[in-house]
Amino acid sequence: MSMNRRSALKKLAVLGTAAAAPAHAVARTRRSAPAQAVALLYDATRCIGCQTCMVACREANKLRYESWTNLYDAPKDLSANTKTVIKLHRRNGTVNYIKSQCMHCIDPACTSVCMLGALYKRADSGVVAYDPDKCVGCRYCQVACPFNVPKFEWASATPKIVKCELCRHLTDQGGNPACAQVCPRKAIVFGKREELLAEAKGRMAANPAGYVSKIYGEVDGGGTQVLFISAVSFEELGLPLLGEEAIPELSETIQHGVYQGFIAPAALYGLLGLVMLRNRRRGASGEKEEVPS
Amino acid sequence: MSHVAEALGGQILTKPFKLLLTIFGVGASVMLWRFISGLGATTALNDGYPWGLWITFDVVVGTALGCGGYAMAILVYVLNKGEFHPLVRPAILTSALGYSLAGVGVVLDVGRYWNLYKVFNPLMWNLNSVLLEVALCIMAYVVVLWIELSPALLEGRSAWVPKLLLQRKLGFTMADGGQPRSTSSRYPGMSTWMIWLLALGLLLPTMHQSSLGSVLLIATTKLNKLWHTPLLPLLFLISCVGMGYAVVVFESALSSAVFKRPPDTRLLGRLSKPIAAVLFLFLGVRVLDLIGRGRIGAIFSLDRYSCLFLLETGLFLLPALMLLSRRRNPDLGHLFRAGMLILLAGILYRFDVFLIAFNPGRSWSYFPSITEMLVTAGILALEIMAYVAIVKRFPILGGVRPSSSGWQAMNGAEVTR
Amino acid sequence: MHTSNRAVDPPVIERRDLIKLCLMAAAAVGLPASVGAKIAQAAKAGLRPSVIWLHFQECTGCTESLLRSSHPDLGELILNLISLDYHETLCAAAGHQAEDVFQAAMKEKAGKYILVIEGAIPTKQDGIYCKIGGRTAVEIVKEAAAQAGAVVAIGSCASFGGIAAADPNPTGAQGAPAMLEGKKVVTIPGCPPNPYNFLGTALQYAVYGTLPTLDTKGRPLFAYGRTIHEHCPRRPHFDAGRFAEKFGDEAHRQAFCLYKLGCKGPQTYANCSTLRFGEVGMWPVRAGHPCVGCTEQSLAFRVPIHQTVDIPRPTPSDSFAPIHARDEGINPVAVGVAGLAVGALLGAGAMASRKLNPARVPDKEEKP
Repeated sequence: MSMNRRSALKKLAVLGTAAAAPAHAVARTRRSAPAQAVALLYDATRCIGCQTCMVACREANKLRYESWTNLYDAPKDLSANTKTVIKLHRRNGTVNYIKSQCMHCIDPACTSVCMLGALYKRADSGVVAYDPDKCVGCRYCQVACPFNVPKFEWASATPKIVKCELCRHLTDQGGNPACAQVCPRKAIVFGKREELLAEAKGRMAANPAGYVSKIYGEVDGGGTQVLFISAVSFEELGLPLLGEEAIPELSETIQHGVYQGFIAPAALYGLLGLVMLRNRRRGASGEKEEVPS
Repeated sequence: MSHVAEALGGQILTKPFKLLLTIFGVGASVMLWRFISGLGATTALNDGYPWGLWITFDVVVGTALGCGGYAMAILVYVLNKGEFHPLVRPAILTSALGYSLAGVGVVLDVGRYWNLYKVFNPLMWNLNSVLLEVALCIMAYVVVLWIELSPALLEGRSAWVPKLLLQRKLGFTMADGGQPRSTSSRYPGMSTWMIWLLALGLLLPTMHQSSLGSVLLIATTKLNKLWHTPLLPLLFLISCVGMGYAVVVFESALSSAVFKRPPDTRLLGRLSKPIAAVLFLFLGVRVLDLIGRGRIGAIFSLDRYSCLFLLETGLFLLPALMLLSRRRNPDLGHLFRAGMLILLAGILYRFDVFLIAFNPGRSWSYFPSITEMLVTAGILALEIMAYVAIVKRFPILGGVRPSSSGWQAMNGAEVTR
Repeated sequence: MHTSNRAVDPPVIERRDLIKLCLMAAAAVGLPASVGAKIAQAAKAGLRPSVIWLHFQECTGCTESLLRSSHPDLGELILNLISLDYHETLCAAAGHQAEDVFQAAMKEKAGKYILVIEGAIPTKQDGIYCKIGGRTAVEIVKEAAAQAGAVVAIGSCASFGGIAAADPNPTGAQGAPAMLEGKKVVTIPGCPPNPYNFLGTALQYAVYGTLPTLDTKGRPLFAYGRTIHEHCPRRPHFDAGRFAEKFGDEAHRQAFCLYKLGCKGPQTYANCSTLRFGEVGMWPVRAGHPCVGCTEQSLAFRVPIHQTVDIPRPTPSDSFAPIHARDEGINPVAVGVAGLAVGALLGAGAMASRKLNPARVPDKEEKP
């Protein structure tokens, strides 16, 4: 076998191993909620669509009013000025509401992809927080989030990412997030995740016919710290159907599988260098290649 | 017969060049406006489609088009096919320019570009982020490419470059009429230092081109299942190698025509088999992956995504067949057309993964704005202008037809005439 | 001699004034102008309908409310439009004389009089908690209702027991409909109700001999067809999420919505928010106090005043965010430009490839 073919096969073998490495990587372990994890429970059956939470959120976070149509302060979705929005769902004359905001996932996609950790999960409360000083504005978080939560200040020359941070400037002082504080119907409740899961289960047990028998966020996408209970299906309310697998699991498994301890890259590097040194030696000793005629 | 790489000479400011300069000027003013007014004013990007033409074309496709150097280095230095050496230098030049301008594209696109220097701070690294690894690898590779190109840029310039620097740092002198020669007596040929740099120049693209595919792994709910697979990194790697060869054919044929030089048709013709192999490998992996994931039926549903997939597949398959059919009797136009199709295939594949098959939900749609297109056109114009200016002033094109091994020839050593 | 005592010396009304008066009365209760003419006709003909008004467990607020009407004012009403044959508050006579008037009116106008009941009727211990002239309220109301042409229960107490029936309801107070099972009873709940709710009903009966359309609780739909929440001037504040949190806070001063202070508007059917009271457009919410739901049996004197209620039929405005926001779409000009650009590049490539055939550019091989 000529030298070319042998080295060609060697190279292919190397590439093949590198490609096969992900298949043998150990799946990354799923994260669990921190011990002091807080949560927000939203009971869609108690919400009356008064939108006080939206108003309070604006005030607490010093967000500007915006006009999407010619109506004053009537956002149609989350945006760079809107961290939470109540959305309306109509079906056969009945009306249901859903609160749209950051889900504060237990194993978030955004914190996994953020290059410099501008989006990070606080170890104490589990709130997903944002530090603009570390943000380069690459917007990978917007690509990654399955709920399409992080919004970008497109209109600014110095843009930031904007999303709900559970009013950590208030909760750090012992208060509640603004939305939970003002809700007149206790449709939004803030507390420890364990307690709110129990509260949700209690409400559902007291009125089984009035609820879909699932707490959205209990295990969805690896679990979230914003929990929903509702009378209509969550898919109708616009929430994505996620399995129990956390969003970053696949990406991190493959990425770490290949680059674990930098072994594979180093090995490839060494192999490439050695192959080329060997080729050069062969060339220097005058061993002729087939010269094309 | 042999020809040494030489600068083409001639006037740089030709009429086509001036046209490109105008296009660049328009693009540059939009770039300035982008920095003044922000991304919202200059692009059609939105929260559902935060990545658009600039990321997908200027960065992802731009770096893939810059894989010519990578593809040729595999062929020439690893698979030891020294006959292709003449194609290496122009490929490295295209790669260096492509990657550098992809970097420009990144600085343009990110919103808080003044924080970009923090990417170099290891204490801030989030090692879970695929994009971080892509960014670091690309930046390192740009440096490697310009170092690899430096012999060509420094040839005949001994007057203004310290000889000591060259002797020590780059391992060759400027003796013998301006032809760099290895200082190592044991291994006359490329210096060892250069080899380990070359190895880096092979490792880095392997890493980041595959990782560019991994970038979209996180979008499990948004990327259509015909494209979203754990094998995305492998598919990106294979297709970028194919695109690399296609760029070499494309650019080689084009410069022959434009600069009225005899083309290396036979040499390019010899690339047919490896290129076809890479294309078939891509298609094979793709089909096996779809079968393995149980999604093969979806390609026949003839909805938007199925049609895109079939178009992609056709664009990969057709040039492969074209190359195989005429490999014994290469025709430059035929090779050029095949090269174009492969480039289209690779571009479409990348556009599909990053943009077209990416669906964040009903609330958003995206198409690049005219200002975005002007910037992309400006960057392309700049790349072409830089290429033309450099090949006219530096010994890039031409190349050596070695009678002995390519390693001495690559070092510019004496060649049998 | 002409005195100012209208009861003794009723003023002579010119025909023109009478018609004007009747038109105003008709307009006040939402009846068309033609009815005004008919009322005038009926009045001229001296055919004023007979009204017998009974009082039981009440505070007389409903009568007081009627006294404050102005079009027609009570004088015009009882002197010219109806024949108020028996009314314990507005009664010159007393004692046995009054009782005789009552009995005479019932006999004379049997089958034709409007029986108005004000106040709840106690039923515990055989109804001894309210006796008039030695007879229990239960007895009186049953006797009076038997011969009545129409029965109207005015006020919450007469409609469903009202405050008299509040927990623990020691007297067993009930409303008139509960007492008069089987009989059609128009209820005009409210504490007190708007006098025009009563007037409209009474005048319609007087002129047409018919009762207005009623809901399932016997309430005329023209007055009780919508909830306060559905026609409240502060509804835009509700829709925009602007609420008063405490009495006297800035939001309260700005007259924002009082839902969070316990307004029962979402569950209360009434027209206080549109017709309002006292001819000066005043009603509780305007005064800064949430609606207490006084027309509703489930709310009045039952649910704490400052406890918030659910909204059974939310009627969100169209400004609400939908589940999927519509996007602005794609700019067709950009698509066109892109198409042209890509087409031009592909075309150029195709042309270039045609120029690259072996005959045109000699291959390197051929050079010596």
